[in-house]
Amino acid sequence: MEIKVVRDIMSANDKIAARNREYLDSNAVLALNLMSSPGAGKTSLVLRTVEGLRGKMRVGVIEGDIASRVDADRIAKEGVPVVQINTGGACHLDANMLNTTLADFPLMDVELLIIENVGNLVCPAEFALGEHKKAMILSLPEGDDKPLKYPLMFATTDVVVVNKMDLAPLLDFSIDSFVKRVRGLNPNVIIFKISCKTGEGLDEWISWMLKVRRV
Amino acid sequence: MHELCLTEGLLRVVLEHAESAQARCVSHINLVMGEMSGIVCDSVQFCFDLLSKDTIADGAKLSFRFEPMEVSCRMCGTIFPLNQSGWDCPSCHEWDAQIVSGHEFYVESIEVD
Repeated sequence: MEIKVVRDIMSANDKIAARNREYLDSNAVLALNLMSSPGAGKTSLVLRTVEGLRGKMRVGVIEGDIASRVDADRIAKEGVPVVQINTGGACHLDANMLNTTLADFPLMDVELLIIENVGNLVCPAEFALGEHKKAMILSLPEGDDKPLKYPLMFATTDVVVVNKMDLAPLLDFSIDSFVKRVRGLNPNVIIFKISCKTGEGLDEWISWMLKVRRV
Repeated sequence: MHELCLTEGLLRVVLEHAESAQARCVSHINLVMGEMSGIVCDSVQFCFDLLSKDTIADGAKLSFRFEPMEVSCRMCGTIFPLNQSGWDCPSCHEWDAQIVSGHEFYVESIEVD
């Protein structure tokens, strides 16, 4: 006997993500899922964001990595609440990992929760966490062809942050080609061009964060 | 790399439907998988064989039907597969398309006794 099913395997994750979202909303916390390749500058952007929002918005951070608490230690020095999730091998965070972490996170001290995903342009795009906004970083040394290779990540993000702009004179990265490729996949995406090293473009990013909170 | 947790979800869906049909055993599971879902079929079967031990789905054969990666042009509506020419619309040559298929992973049907 054949039984018709047609059930998405990801629905279990999506249900937990919806619960996370409700929990974040009930605590009036805005959650940002920050994704990129390893080394694109996620932790540097988190540090710059904490610095830029100091006195304007209370930030908390969840760090996702396969192993170590190197990133959490860097963030903790800034005096903001931070929890490290070690996935123990998994290449992405999923809704259940966030659910477990949120239960112990001091959300009452936080208005913006930045969730730094595991460095990877593939799986993090597939697993909803319950976040309000998705942002991804692409750094210039990775090349302007990445939207062609990882379309889902670029198609589903709300924001693309182009980092390491200070390296532009040394590289063949074409910003025009990159922007055209990203907009082709995702016409409404917001693109920021920044350098975490020099501080270029960070004011616009910080202003956007403050505006999102008001919305 | 995340086949194990996906296969746990898969087994849960299969057992739920088989049990509500009061099946004695599950012989086949028909899955639909987008070619860009990044999931490795052999690995799903391997995880399934491990996880389904001592359940009524033990020994079930998994069949995969692949959905191509297709995009739809926002300018003229043409649906075309992603290939070497990339995202350029074959009809109007605009570069403005949205993904319509290629990332799915779901259970289409199961065969039970």
